[in-house]
Amino acid sequence: MSHDASVERQPAAVEGLGGVTADWASDKQVFPVPWGKAMMWIFLLSDTFIFSCFLTAYMHVRMSTTAIWPNPSHVFSLQVGGHTVPLLLIAIMTMVLITSSGTMAMAVNYGYRRNRAKTTALMLATAALGATFVSMQAFEWTKLIVEEGVRPWGNPMGAPQFGSAFFMITGFHGLHVSAGVIYLCVVARRVWTGFYDRKGTYETVEVTGLYWHFVDLVWVFIFAFFYLW
Amino acid sequence: MSNATDSHTPHEPTGHANADPVQDEHQQHPVSTYMWIWALLFVFSSFSYMVDYFQLQGMLRWTLIIIFMLVKAGFIVAIFMHMKWERLALKFAILIPPLCLLILIGMMAIEGTHTFATRWGAFAR
Repeated sequence: MSHDASVERQPAAVEGLGGVTADWASDKQVFPVPWGKAMMWIFLLSDTFIFSCFLTAYMHVRMSTTAIWPNPSHVFSLQVGGHTVPLLLIAIMTMVLITSSGTMAMAVNYGYRRNRAKTTALMLATAALGATFVSMQAFEWTKLIVEEGVRPWGNPMGAPQFGSAFFMITGFHGLHVSAGVIYLCVVARRVWTGFYDRKGTYETVEVTGLYWHFVDLVWVFIFAFFYLW
Repeated sequence: MSNATDSHTPHEPTGHANADPVQDEHQQHPVSTYMWIWALLFVFSSFSYMVDYFQLQGMLRWTLIIIFMLVKAGFIVAIFMHMKWERLALKFAILIPPLCLLILIGMMAIEGTHTFATRWGAFAR
């Protein structure tokens, strides 16, 4: 791979603002990280813009509609033992995703220790939690479509834009989670078969981790702006 | 849990120039660091959930939601995504561009308010 050995052999770098100038100025690679990591960060930056555009569009339709915005606290409540608990499923989904981020962070850590078994196990646990999240989302969508009658063009509770914003934002996020589960399984398999031991570096596990943490990060914003606002 | 005993498995890399243990070790932090952040994310998520559960409203609600959101986002990016340990050049390259979005958000807020006003004037008599 183009993981250049010269990258690590650079002289002790300057820190702080002077370091920024030094990194960009000299005739060399700017970011002293594996190319896969730099590219993943840049991809995530572009994804940040995509999700921000969705959330900004949502803010815009919510501000500009004259109809009442359906109260997410009521729409997403669940009946438990006769009580109505607001946002219960969403709270559980949030915890599941945070837990998956925790297991992923530890998978990356064990990857750097070259612990093949623990890295594989933790990545598969992350994938399983991700799959759990998507299943709960499927349940949530089904309930919303079948029981509440929410459609992208309208709903019985108020502003018709609620449905389009909801399906667009959570759908795109759910797609990211699903893709992440596949990505995790592929990399976990490679960890298990010793691919990264032969390659000599576990950096792909960290790059996968970046993607997964980003999916969790996006959920933090969706949770705050869509469900709690 | 942060001992070094499990840092090497029998699966040694087979003859590759990149098998540099120093490169692999500079990203190592004790597992307890991640456990702590995980716990804190749980706590702050519960706090944001409590905001809804106790039906806090108005400015207090929005302030709390945004504070908890930013704290959680900060932990994820800084610790889980290792941004804290990256060089300043990479931090700037990734964290500064999203600030442009504040302009978009500002403009869309102005536009949204205007659209609301015209809709109110035209349809909602």
